[in-house]
This record gives sequence, C-alpha cells and structure tokens, in this order.
Amino acid sequence: MAKISFQHVSKTFKVRSTSGKKDGGEFTALRDIHLDVQQGEFLTIVGPSGCGKSTLLDLLAGLTKPSTGQILIDGRPIAGPALDRGIVFQQYALFPWKTARGNIEFGLEAKGIRGKEKTQRAREFLALVGLSGFEDRYPHELSGGMKQRVAIARSLAYDPDILLMDEPFAALDAQTRETLQSELLRIWEQTKKTIVFITHGIDEAVYLGQRVAVMTSRPGRIKAVIDIPLLGRAQEEDLRSDPEFGRIRHEIWTLLRDEVQRAQAYEIQDSSASSDANSDTKEVM
Amino acid sequence: MATAEKSVVLPAVTAKNASAGLPIQLAGKLFKRSIAILLLAAVWEVVPRTGAVEVAFLPPLSEVLQAWWNLLVSGELWNHFEASIIRSLSGFGIALVIAIPLGLLIGWYRGLSELLTPVLELFRNTAALALLPVFTLILGIGETSKITLIVFACSWPILLNTISGVKNVDPLLIKSAKSMGLNSFKLFTKVILPASVPTIFTGVRLAGAGSILVLIAAEMVGAKAGLGYLINYAQFNFQTPEMYAGILTISLIGLLFNHGLVALERKFTAWKPNHNES
Ligand SMILES: Nc1ncnc2c1ncn2[C@@H]1O[C@H](COP(=O)(O)OP(=O)(O)O)[C@@H](O)[C@H]1O
Ligand SMILES: [Mg+2]
Repeated sequence: MAKISFQHVSKTFKVRSTSGKKDGGEFTALRDIHLDVQQGEFLTIVGPSGCGKSTLLDLLAGLTKPSTGQILIDGRPIAGPALDRGIVFQQYALFPWKTARGNIEFGLEAKGIRGKEKTQRAREFLALVGLSGFEDRYPHELSGGMKQRVAIARSLAYDPDILLMDEPFAALDAQTRETLQSELLRIWEQTKKTIVFITHGIDEAVYLGQRVAVMTSRPGRIKAVIDIPLLGRAQEEDLRSDPEFGRIRHEIWTLLRDEVQRAQAYEIQDSSASSDANSDTKEVM
Repeated sequence: MATAEKSVVLPAVTAKNASAGLPIQLAGKLFKRSIAILLLAAVWEVVPRTGAVEVAFLPPLSEVLQAWWNLLVSGELWNHFEASIIRSLSGFGIALVIAIPLGLLIGWYRGLSELLTPVLELFRNTAALALLPVFTLILGIGETSKITLIVFACSWPILLNTISGVKNVDPLLIKSAKSMGLNSFKLFTKVILPASVPTIFTGVRLAGAGSILVLIAAEMVGAKAGLGYLINYAQFNFQTPEMYAGILTISLIGLLFNHGLVALERKFTAWKPNHNES
C-alpha cells in the first residue's frame, strides 16, 4: 500500500470580485491530482510559480481540505493536521521568542514529550543538523541556513513518518543550499522518512528526488512523473556533472518550458507581482 | 533640620558603572549623553540674569532648584507627589487589567472586532480631556472622576495595540503551529500571546506617557493636592520658582516611568533583535 495516495484531488478557491473582473467565481488551483508516494520515498515536485505547489502541500498537511477527491495516508483519509507529518517552510517559521532549543522543544511538547526526554531529544536533533553549541541562540542570531537547520530539526524531532518541505532552500545562497541538500539526503538515508519536497529549481528536483513530479501551470496538474535512476547520490562527488543528470535535467526543462511561459503570460495578464515571475523563470530554465 | 522626616530618596543618577572594559569610553558616553542637558541648564541659569527674559517669568535655574529643595524639605512636595502618583498608578493599573484581556478577546474573535471597530474608532478619536467635564459631572470632583479619566486615557493605546498585536501575528507562525496539531487554546497561549507581547508593550508605554499628561490636566482643573494643582496654584500666586519646581518634578516622574516601562519591555522581549527606544 502506498504511504500517500492522492486520488483525483482538485482544489478550488472562491474568488472575491475584484473591481468587477471575475465576480464571485471559482478559481481552480489544482485539478485531478492522482499520485502515489511510497513508504520511504523521496519525491520532488517541480512546477512554475503559482501552479499550486503550496496548495498541494497544505492539503497534505491537513491544513485545508480537497474540493473533490481524497488524500489517503496509510490507506486512511486525512482528518486534519497531525504530528505524523512535519512541515518545513521556505521562510523557516521559527518562533522568534524561542531559542533554537525552545523551538525544537515546542514540537516535542505538542507531542506530549516532557522533562528529561524532551531535553535529550532536542539536543540529539540539534546535533543531527550540525548545530550543537547553538542551543541558546534566538532565530535572529542565526543565519538563514542555520534557521532552516533548526526548522528541519524541529520537524524531525517529533518523529513524523512524512516530511513535507515547501521550497525550503529557495531563500538561501547557492553554497548553503548545496550543503543543505546533501545533508538532507544524509538525514533521509539515516531516518528513512518519506519526503515530499517542493521546489521550482530543476537541478534541485533531480539531485534530491528518486522521482520528480512535474506540474503544469494553473490549474496545477501532474504533467509527468520522471524516475531518477541515479543511485548512491549522497556519496557521489559531483552528481551534477554526470551526463545522465544532464539528460534528465534537459527532459524536465523541456516539459516545463511551455508551462513557465504560460505561467508568465498569466502573471503579466494579472499585472500582479511581476518581479516574482522573472526570478522563477531564471531558476527553472 | 527635619530632613529625615519625609525624605524622598531620589535616585541621584547613581552611576551605572557596569563592568565596562574602558572607563574612558564610558565617561565619553556619559558626557555625550549629558552635554545637551548641561548646556540647557547653563542657558537657563544665565539668560534670566542677563535680563533678556523677565525674571518673574523665568527665574534662573538655581532659584528654581532652591524652591524645589524648600518644597522637599517642608514635605509639601511629597504630599503632592504622593497624590499624583497614586492617581496615575491606579488609573494606569486599572487600564492594564481591563484593556489587555479585552484587547486579546477582541483581537482573537473576528466577529467581535468587526462589531466593535466603529465604536473603537470613534472613542480613540475622542480626546480624553474633552471628556473631563463629563466625568466631573457624573462622578463629582473627587478622586473617582480623576482616576476614571486616567483609566479612559490609558485604555485606548493599550486596547488598540493589543488588538492589532493579536491580529497581526505572522500567519506563517500560526500555520506552523496548526500543522503541529495545536488546538485553539494552545495556539492562543503558546503562539498568539507571546507573538503580540511587543506590540502590547508599545501600547503600554504610550499609556504610561498619557497617564501623566491627563493626570496633570485633571489636577489643574479641580484638586486640592497633586503636582498639577501645585503648578497651577503657584502660578496663581506668582510663585514662579515653585511653579517650575513642580514642572521639573513632573518631567522627572515621566522620565522614571518611561525608563521603568522600557526596562520591563526589555525583560519581556529579550529575544527581539533590537529595541527601538523612545
Ligand atoms: N486561500 C486562497 N484563496 C484564493 N486563492 C488562493 C489561495 N491560496 C492560493 N491561491 C491561489 O492558488 C494558486 C496556487 O498558489 P500556490 O499553491 O501558493 O502556488 P505555488 O506554491 O506553486 O507558487 C495561486 O494562483 C494563488 O493565488
Ligand atoms: Mg509556494
């Protein structure tokens, strides 16, 4: 049985009438998503900006409900948010009034873990992400990369089966991103979590994923799912220069090209948030 | 001299000699901070003596300080100070107890806030002092009307800041907490409340300043004691140095009050990157 099973999932939002443009209509963010994720799999999802990637993850987290279809985890429909799934956001979402340790303990307390075990676990997971010695730092005293490490540690510490990651490295500089990518692979191999990782970078998708799901621009659908037959990726010196890597990268690039252009056309049409579209195109192309 | 009788222990700038590495640097900092004050004091002392300003309107600083000392020694200053401080602290305290819980409630329940916003907008734009005659009319000339006025004036900044603090918590933090399965109550106590503390404190500090302003005005209108009364009374009787002594005392109280609140704010928001002082 699949760990996660999307069964013809669609999501529509009610649109408020903005200056009589589209009054009171519905906006389809996701259409007919049908996809299985296996236990222990590392799936990456790549798609242009605004195609519904975050919406997909919100559904999986149980923060919103599908309009049609259903999502099963271990064969059971999702009832709401729960600690069997951990989320890592692009903007870290650390509680600024808590230290690195405090943030990790927050999740542990949510799970009902107290006292000595809590302290011990927090220490253990800070070590896992290489932040021993930074326990008492507040988020504003940490670099972007360190903040994301804390966020990853927080999500892992309460021991979810599934780790959901929404463009977690997009705000980091290239060097930090590469470091965290390879560390994430190490952690994945060490913890055997099922990971659903969202990105708009092709390189990142191919480097991390065992499979890459390519999404269309809105309404978001799964355009193709590509197997990545690269083994032992964590050990590989420079996977990115492998000719096979280049071939798959090009394949996905071709799949995405039209979508990105369409997404861009939408953005211009909407005349909203234009700077976003540009940066996304560069990343994806 | 009966100095011991009612001595006010004024914190006479007890040199905050923190274990700073370089004493020269510290001295330089102290100098930089006090130079403007010293200059002002010097101007105040000299200008009336040159005759540029009428001494009856602005006596030299030394005369004012002499008057202040006399008031202090006689115990008169303490009486006025006590009356004022009791009024402002009780008003301020009552406002805290009312406005913070109310603000949390209004901020948390969107329906309630939509319902109340028009009324709140109306009241926040009503100058508290304009209502003094109303309070006096209803509650009489005694302590009740004065304290009520202070409660009223202090409540708005606290209430409005608390509401906006609760409403403007980073939605991502709420999302993150919800994803960990927190229920509404836990979400409120563990995320909303700590996240809005800095905004609430901004309101508390504004209220602190407001409480003194309103207090003095209320005491000038109808009171038998208090610093506002002292100032008004002294002016009426051509005791200009005493009047300035009263004004200086109020400035000092305002300064101390604000310092206390800033210190408290620091303690509660130690996690913040930097503190915007005021
Ligand atoms: N709560 C919502 N209400 C209305 N529209 C929404 C809502 N959330 C997302 N959308 C819309 O759904 C589309 C997909 O958004 P999102 O999932 O954030 O895209 P992505 O993460 O791929 O950039 C966007 O066009 C966005 O405007
Ligand atoms: Mg997104």
